[in-house]
Amino acid sequence: MIEVEHLTKKYGDLVAVNDLGFKVERGRIWGLLGPNAAGKTTTMRILTGFLPATDGRATVSGFDVFEKPDQVKRITGYLPEIIPVYPEMTVTEYLGFVAAIKQVPSAKRAAALDRAVKVSGLTEVRRRLIKNISRGYKQRVGIAQALIHNPDVLILDEPTIGLDPAQIKEIRELIKSLRGEHTIMLSTHILAEVTQTCDGVVIINEGRLMASGSLEELTASFRKKDGVMLKVRRSGDEVVASLQKLAGVDGVSRENGEIKVEWSPGRDLRETVARLAVTQEWGLLEMRPLAMNIEDLYLRIVGGEQ
Amino acid sequence: MSNILSIAKREIKAYFTSPIAYVVISVFLVLTGFFFSSAISWFSAQSIQLAQNPQYYQQININQMVFTPLFHNMSIILLLMLPLLTMRLFAEEKKVGTEELLFTSPISVGQIILGKYLAALAVLAIMLALTFLPAVFTFLWGNPELAQLLNGYLGLFLMGAAFIAAGIFFSSLTENQIVSAMLTFGALLLFWILNWASYSATGMWKGVLNYLSIFQHFDDMTRGILDTKDVAYYLSFAFVGIFLTHSVIQSRRWR
Repeated sequence: MIEVEHLTKKYGDLVAVNDLGFKVERGRIWGLLGPNAAGKTTTMRILTGFLPATDGRATVSGFDVFEKPDQVKRITGYLPEIIPVYPEMTVTEYLGFVAAIKQVPSAKRAAALDRAVKVSGLTEVRRRLIKNISRGYKQRVGIAQALIHNPDVLILDEPTIGLDPAQIKEIRELIKSLRGEHTIMLSTHILAEVTQTCDGVVIINEGRLMASGSLEELTASFRKKDGVMLKVRRSGDEVVASLQKLAGVDGVSRENGEIKVEWSPGRDLRETVARLAVTQEWGLLEMRPLAMNIEDLYLRIVGGEQ
Repeated sequence: MSNILSIAKREIKAYFTSPIAYVVISVFLVLTGFFFSSAISWFSAQSIQLAQNPQYYQQININQMVFTPLFHNMSIILLLMLPLLTMRLFAEEKKVGTEELLFTSPISVGQIILGKYLAALAVLAIMLALTFLPAVFTFLWGNPELAQLLNGYLGLFLMGAAFIAAGIFFSSLTENQIVSAMLTFGALLLFWILNWASYSATGMWKGVLNYLSIFQHFDDMTRGILDTKDVAYYLSFAFVGIFLTHSVIQSRRWR
């Protein structure tokens, strides 16, 4: 579990992280989302003990990052944005070195190495020099070094940056497979990453917390209207007029050949709309609930909407 | 201690899986070999001449005529080459981002510095040990004084240890290896020639400048004089270098 309270980091006059607070439950995957220079990397560096905070408090699995940095480092795996590998070493040599400095007992190192190699899908390249493996495999090596000491918490800074679509998919699947056993916080500015990988999200901008919670909670709290998108074969003006006359409907509009029907949150007029479409023989092709996608949510939040 | 050794082992491996160690050691050996053979040739010629005069015969001393000048030449080669050995130690970690791995691991900054220092010392020890081979031949055909010879090697090692500490310090200041090497070389050269300034200094300053000069302490050791003040000077120099490195790294992270 990760808990952050009133975290602030200043570089001279520049405030990189400003009174940040959030909580990530044990065994969940949480995204740290924000535009470039939002303070994501600084927050992660503070959580991993690489940088001290100017003010505030952060705990990882109950250990205070500033008072017990060694304990935090023992139970935290960290993949920085730039993969921290030594190109002249083989994958096995490198992971062996990381296991040693992460204090894995020497009797357990071979087993820890085998596990990390297997989980990260590095079996094929384990004897190759790191400088000779692909970018995707290097990213896996980065994840393997974060996993080698079987940490409670994984902090992954932009884990899919610079990868091709197939590699991105592989890394996302790998991260998802670690859910439950590890609490994971990953930073990204790729919105799809959050929806496809994370249980919840912390959105920050200019170092400040903009929103935090599960995706369902956030979309529910930011949705001002419920409704449906309706696709019918015959969508003349009479269709729009009929829908507008329905009790409880607040607005009807056309969007990309479909009809958007909106009503106040808390009501549910889906059955009424469907029945009307069928009885009036409009040729109902499709009806789906209005959903706020992550892009809308992100733009609203980063745009400053409360 | 195991953390220090883990860091040291990785550094030694990094030296020997790249051309750095091979190039530095080879160039050092070639230049040392050249100076050794020149000194031996000169010594042979001088010996033949001096042997013809019983008055001067007693003055033939292989330690003073071969090894003392050889150690002086070797010290200058070390001054030029050790900055190349130390320039990468922290600068490269910063440049390629591996310092984030080191500083987020449960090992102390002091252990990381000592591990790197130990690795560079090991390469220095290998460099010096390999130059001992030609010296062995002088025992086959001559009678050099072993204690004086070992004293000279101890002086070279201590001086190299001080150079390496300075190199680690300058490597911690920058992520550019060339800048690191140039700063190390410049600073060491300044310490080398401090005693020149002592010629024109008077009073207390003359003594202070002489004491601070790297060369002054080394000169005594090549002549077979083992003085604790010289050993203490080099150990203090190395300690200050390591202490400053620790301070730089800590202050950068806490800034």
